[in-house]
Formats: sequence, C-alpha cells, structure tokens
Amino acid sequence: MSRGTSNAVRIGTEPSKLARWIILGIVGLAFMLPLVAMLEFTFREGFAGEHTLSHWTTLFSPESTRTYRSLITGVTNSFLLAAVTVGIVLVILLPTMILVQLQFPKLRRVLEFICIIPITVPAIVLVVGLAPVYAIVVRVFGGSIWTLAFAYGITVLPYAYRAIQSNLDAVDVITLSEAARSLGARWGSVLARVLLPNLRRGILAASFISVAVVLGEFTIASLLNRVNLQTAVLQISQSDPFVAVICALLALAFAFILLLIIGRVGQPRRIKKARRNRSDS
Amino acid sequence: MKGDADATARRHPLTGSGLLKFVGLTPFAVYVLLFLAIPTVLAVTTGFFDAEGGFTLANISGLFESVVLNAFLSSFGVSAVSAVIGSIVGALVCYALLGTSPDGPLRSVISSGSSVLAQFGGVMLAFTFIAFIGSQGLLTVFLANTFGIDIFANGPWLYQVPGLLLPYVYFQVPLMIITFMPALEGLKSQWAEANATLGGTRFTYWARIAAPVLAPSFFGSLLLLFANAFSSYATAAALISQGSFIVPLQIRAALISETVLGRENMAGALALGMIVVMVIVMWGYSVLQSRTSRWQR
Repeated sequence: MSRGTSNAVRIGTEPSKLARWIILGIVGLAFMLPLVAMLEFTFREGFAGEHTLSHWTTLFSPESTRTYRSLITGVTNSFLLAAVTVGIVLVILLPTMILVQLQFPKLRRVLEFICIIPITVPAIVLVVGLAPVYAIVVRVFGGSIWTLAFAYGITVLPYAYRAIQSNLDAVDVITLSEAARSLGARWGSVLARVLLPNLRRGILAASFISVAVVLGEFTIASLLNRVNLQTAVLQISQSDPFVAVICALLALAFAFILLLIIGRVGQPRRIKKARRNRSDS
Repeated sequence: MKGDADATARRHPLTGSGLLKFVGLTPFAVYVLLFLAIPTVLAVTTGFFDAEGGFTLANISGLFESVVLNAFLSSFGVSAVSAVIGSIVGALVCYALLGTSPDGPLRSVISSGSSVLAQFGGVMLAFTFIAFIGSQGLLTVFLANTFGIDIFANGPWLYQVPGLLLPYVYFQVPLMIITFMPALEGLKSQWAEANATLGGTRFTYWARIAAPVLAPSFFGSLLLLFANAFSSYATAAALISQGSFIVPLQIRAALISETVLGRENMAGALALGMIVVMVIVMWGYSVLQSRTSRWQR
C-alpha cells in the first residue's frame, strides 16, 4: 500500500506528504482561526480582556427561558419546519421519483431539470414571488409557522433529489419490482418490503440534508416576517451579542455532526467505488 | 437501456391503467406549480406592473439608474473575486487530498465541515467574522495591542462591500472542495503512467494531460461559485443592516419599504435582473458540466 502511494507520488498523480500537509495546514489554520475567535468571544467579560463562563451559564440557566423566549420560539419553529419539510420530501418527492424511475423513463430528465431549478432561482428571488402566494396560503391554512415548509420543500429540492437519485441509480428498481410482482406481491408490499428498504440510504441522506438546509434557512423566513432559528439569533445579537455567538457556534456544531452522520450513511456506496478504483489500477 | 425499460414497462403493465399512472404525478406537479413556478413567474413579472396593476417599464428602466447599476457592479465584483480566490484555494485543497483514503477520518471531517460552511453558514458566518475581525474581534484586538495596527483606520469596512469578501471566501472554498473533488478523483492513474512511460515529467503530466481534462470542470465550478456568491443573501443581510450595497440587499430594501427609487414593485425588476444573470451563468455551468461528464465515464 505504502509502495503504491510513493509510486503515485513519483509519477505525479499525488502530492508528496510534505506538500499535502503544508497546503492543508495553512488552509486549515486559516479556517480554524475565525472559529476559535468565535469560541474566545463567548468567554469575554464585557469588552475588556477578562474571561468568564457567565454567558454560557446564563444561557443554560432556568431563568433564561424568559429572557430568550424568542430564541426558544425560533428553535422550536425551525425543528417543526424541518419535520414538515422532511414530510413533504417523503410524501411528495420520493413517490414521484420512484414512479418516474419505474414508469416514465422519458420524464427522468424533466424531473431532474425541475429539481435543479431552485439553484438558478435563488431564495432572494423566489421570496419576491412567494410574498403574494403566501397572502393566499395564510387565508387558506392560517398564519401558523408550519406553512413556511411549503417554500422550504422547494429550497431543499436539489439536495433531496440528488441524495435519492444517487441511490435510485445504484439499485435496479425495475428488476426488483418486477421480480416481486411476478412472485405475487401487491404494489403496497413491493413498495414497503422491496423498494423502500433498498432506498433507505438515499431517504436517510435526503432527510438529513433537508434538516440541515431548513435549520440554516434565513432569507425566506426573514423577508416573510416569520421567526425561525436564524432570524431569532440575528434578533438576539442586537441585545446580547455573546449569546448570539454561542447560538451560532452551537448551530454550526450541530450541523457539522448532522452532516458527519450523512457521510457515514452514504459510506457503503463509496467503499464499493473505492474498491472498483483499486481493482482498476 | 432506456428503450429496454420502455419495452418492459409495456409488456408488464406494472400498475393498473395508463391513466392511473399519470394521476400519481399530480401531487408533485401541483406542488411545484404552486410553490416554484407561480412564485418564479410572479417574481420576474411584477416588475412590469405599477401599484394599480397597469403595465409599466418604469421599474425596468430603474435597473439602469446609477444606484442599482452600482449595486449590480458591487455584486459582480464580490462574486467574481470571491469565486476566483475560492476556486484556486479550493482546488489546491482538493489536490492535497488526492491519495488520502476517501473513507478516512480526514476526508469525512473535511467534507462535512465543507458542507456546513458552504450550505449552512449564512447568518452564522456573519457572527464568526464579527468575533474574528469585528471592532472587538480577536484578530482586531490582537493586531491593535501587539503591533498598534488599527484595521479599521479606513472606516468600518467590515460592514460595507469589502467586508463581504472574507466571509464569502470562507464559504466559497468549501463549496469548491465539494464540487471539484470528484473531477480531480476522476483523473485516471493510467494517464500518469503513460506519461511517465513516454518520458514525461510531473510538469508535463499536469500541464498537458490533467489541465486540459480538468479545465471544463474547473471553470464550471468557478461559475457555480460565482452564482453562489451572487445569489447569497443571509451573510450580507446579517452583516450589513444599513445600506443596500449589493443586489440582494436592494431587493430587501424594496420588499421592506417599497421605496427604492420611489418606485413600486422595484423588487420585481431587481429579481428579473438577478434571474437573467443567474440563467446565463448556470447555462455556462451546464455546458461546461456536460463536457466534464465525458471524461468521468
């Protein structure tokens, strides 16, 4: 193995160990410093040089529930929105993707095109048109926060699509469902006992990435005057910058862990790929 | 392959009637129509109407007023500079990662960290940089105490257009790592072996083989980074509460006060302007991307 590596270095496909660690060291340091600054900021005692734990302890003390009520509302709203958005992905996007894969091979490109559109139409543009749409949504469903998930379902479309589609491409769903059908399975059990277990990874990855995107969403919530995690943190920063930075740090850490889990979930596919590459060379 | 799927579908009608199949597509179609198609059409057409619903070109001509033109120029500037820096630094990191195990802890940490900063950052990154180089930031205080350098001697630039550059680079580099890594991993070791066998050097391999193969992917990623910065709103909104130096902030001002240039529905015209830029950039991206996929097979 180590011999193979040195060979790759010699013919130039890979950087030498030294070059690798110089690049990663410099860029890594540059990216860690602002985060370290954030952490240091949360221990500041006022703007003088002293340090204190008080910002962390006040945030987690029982009295803080009153002081930071808007923050708690923001967090609960964001998690509710994340749940409803995942629901939209699972109930509307996933069945459509399976149906298109099985029955409408010609529509695959169309579906892909539709799902990629939200990258070209950014949230700041979409929100201009969402304002009048939500005037109607509020009249039909009322003004509760969960309705915002309709817009978020669109925002997560490219990410959720990519996660599910890469799983669909790796599994021969047509053969699987035909085999199940010819053995006498009904459509319900084909879906529940054959297709969904095979698509578990893609579904899980799509759900996690949707949660991460919804928890990080600011543009639409802010401009439609809804409260979510991000708008609440921005609002709190005006009265208590320390608590805002603590929240930002915790949110980044939470998203990092969530995405680390996505990486683990997607791993078996990558192992297969790596093995193929190894046998190639 | 596609034909096969067609034929099998016809031989074994998997669901009942042909009509029933199409019914299955309606929930998604209706949803996308209501929350993607209609908002998009509304966003780009409202600019053509005045408050009373009459047709007008006043908003569109407003796009060419100096305030708005300057915002577009600033947006282009920030996006271009952050995309160029981001793509070069990101590509270097991808190069450094070549030869590490794709499933190893180093890669998992870098790819998760990249996703967080590229997709989740937004408002949080604004706080990161306020804590880092804000007026009381760690670096600001350090420089002032140790070297007596006041980085804000020329005014509070962190809360103006130049201040956007650092946070933008901070989410552009990770996006480059995510998008460019697959292309770099697609380089086949046989090409390097052939190069070595024929007496080529490391330099000829990268300059004559890898560079032409990677070029479409690199410039495609560059365009994606440009589009990403151009359409980004959260970081700028959290950092800059006063003033509308870039286009997304102009849209904010138009939506909140509806008095940009004293015109109604100016947000629609600005949205149209942004969409035009985005469509051109993303079209370029997809053209380059299709040239890339040829090599990745």
